[in-house]
Amino acid sequence: MTLLSVKGLHASLGGKPVLNGVSFSVGEGEFVGLIGPNGAGKSTLLRAALGLVGARGEVAIAGQDAAAMTARERARRIAYLPQEREIGWPVSVEMVVSLGRAPHRPAFAGLDAADRARIEEAMGRMELEEFRRRPATELSGGEKARVLIARALAQDAPLLLADEPTAGLDPSHQITLMRLFAELAREGRGVVASLHDLSLAARWCTRLILLDRGTIVADGPPREVLTRERLRSVYGVEAHLAEAEGGMLVVPLDMAAPELLVRGKP
Amino acid sequence: MSDTARYRLLLILLAAGAMILFVLSLTVGPAAIGFGDSIAALFDRKEAGPLALIMQEIRLPRAILGLMIGATLGLSGAVLQGYLRNPLAEPALLGISATASLGAVLAIYTGFSLVFPLGLPLAALAGAVVAVIVVQAMAGMRGGALTIILAGVALSSLAAAMTSLALNLSPNPFAALEIMFWMLGSLTDRSMTHVWLAAPFMVVGWAMLANVGRSLDTLTLGRDAAASMGVDLRRVQLLAVLGTAASVGAATAVAGAIGFVGLVVPHLLRPFVGARPSRLLPASALGGASVLLAADILVRVIAPGKDLKLGVLTAIVGAPFFLWLVYRTRRNLL
Repeated sequence: MTLLSVKGLHASLGGKPVLNGVSFSVGEGEFVGLIGPNGAGKSTLLRAALGLVGARGEVAIAGQDAAAMTARERARRIAYLPQEREIGWPVSVEMVVSLGRAPHRPAFAGLDAADRARIEEAMGRMELEEFRRRPATELSGGEKARVLIARALAQDAPLLLADEPTAGLDPSHQITLMRLFAELAREGRGVVASLHDLSLAARWCTRLILLDRGTIVADGPPREVLTRERLRSVYGVEAHLAEAEGGMLVVPLDMAAPELLVRGKP
Repeated sequence: MSDTARYRLLLILLAAGAMILFVLSLTVGPAAIGFGDSIAALFDRKEAGPLALIMQEIRLPRAILGLMIGATLGLSGAVLQGYLRNPLAEPALLGISATASLGAVLAIYTGFSLVFPLGLPLAALAGAVVAVIVVQAMAGMRGGALTIILAGVALSSLAAAMTSLALNLSPNPFAALEIMFWMLGSLTDRSMTHVWLAAPFMVVGWAMLANVGRSLDTLTLGRDAAASMGVDLRRVQLLAVLGTAASVGAATAVAGAIGFVGLVVPHLLRPFVGARPSRLLPASALGGASVLLAADILVRVIAPGKDLKLGVLTAIVGAPFFLWLVYRTRRNLL
């Protein structure tokens, strides 16, 4: 089943067009890596799909028109991890994670056993048990990121949109996270994560969407999307592509020579 | 589970504190009446002796207003700090206190308050309505926290300037003095009419403010995260602004602007509720009521017969206390 489908999405920020007719859809079991240079429109695409920024175009969530859904209905189908890791008050880690259950609870009801099980599971997956009682604001950047990821997991939605979830994580937690996302996809959920580490994206994602200046320039399996020519034309870098330990390696080496750049051509 | 138990205990303690202070407020005053006599006179329905008159017409409205206004300031301060995610937010921030004051000042200045007994509080409420319309129009339906803060600051400055103008052009020194004294904030000589005028607005305001508690929890993680968790941000903004306007507007209308309670009380209680915004709301309402009742008792005890103004005391005690609080908790502040 299609979890999210976007057709001809246009969005502008401050009068400047950021998305120019983006179309794609995400199905169950897919772990999509959203890649592209800074300012390509990755975050705006995720936010527009959620209705957080004004956009023209069609967005359908689980086959339904997103515009006709309430915020709560959307929240039960899509969980979102924003790029900004904001925790406004020194609340406990457990409380932050439990916020993920908000869309599932009636207005003034407390947490029930099923909610608690989800919260425990999410904390376990992000290895947060020992932090449970600590104020979330006192944790390191990477630990905070894990708390917020656990919060999004506790929401238990069929689709997860994560904006740069690996930023600030150490290699072991980056891999733990990619493993977890791949596992969620195997369970039949969908994950869309914007990523900057191309090797990480290539090794773990089932599909990559390459965004450049507001349009999708490539969409498909990692090996088809990540070519030397594309990295040169989109990122402006020369890269070394290799196979290692059963996966792809993408190592950016140097800036591409100016005469080889096709950037800026119509 | 122990968290919830601790929270319940805190609410019980705060409620008990507010009740004790309410009773104390009824039994303290220039007329030296014994505790037993005063409580008996309060419930005296048959003879309208001077004792019953003092208790029922002077001290009871004063104590009720102290309770309600304190709860209003504590609750709205906690909501605004949670909604704007700004530890400096307080009930006066939206410009409601300043415009309500301006309305009252204009009523005194024009003599409207002399012609019509409820002219002053009604003019103050009209001022609060103006503030809401301006702040909502400025912030828009999609507006952010910063727009609301800036609009409130601008509005407060404008209202303060207009108040100064009214003082400047005041026809006689007595009107100027009345304006000055009114603006200091006090609960002296209020009647049950004031209670009945303010109560409906406050209750409606409280209901609106109490409704945003859950959403404030989610807003801890920022606007985008809250929206993605099913929070309707426009609804939260509308409830927070209208609820503050109704309750704080009514409080200012009957008692003048009373500062620092709405700023200090949420800070004081935040560590005791695990910083959770939704839990801070009832705690802060009860705490605000206790603090205001205590302050109103103090003005009668410290300087009997001097008519020390409540707003002056809360500022004199509140400001240094806030400094100390900032010093002590600076590590945990944003």
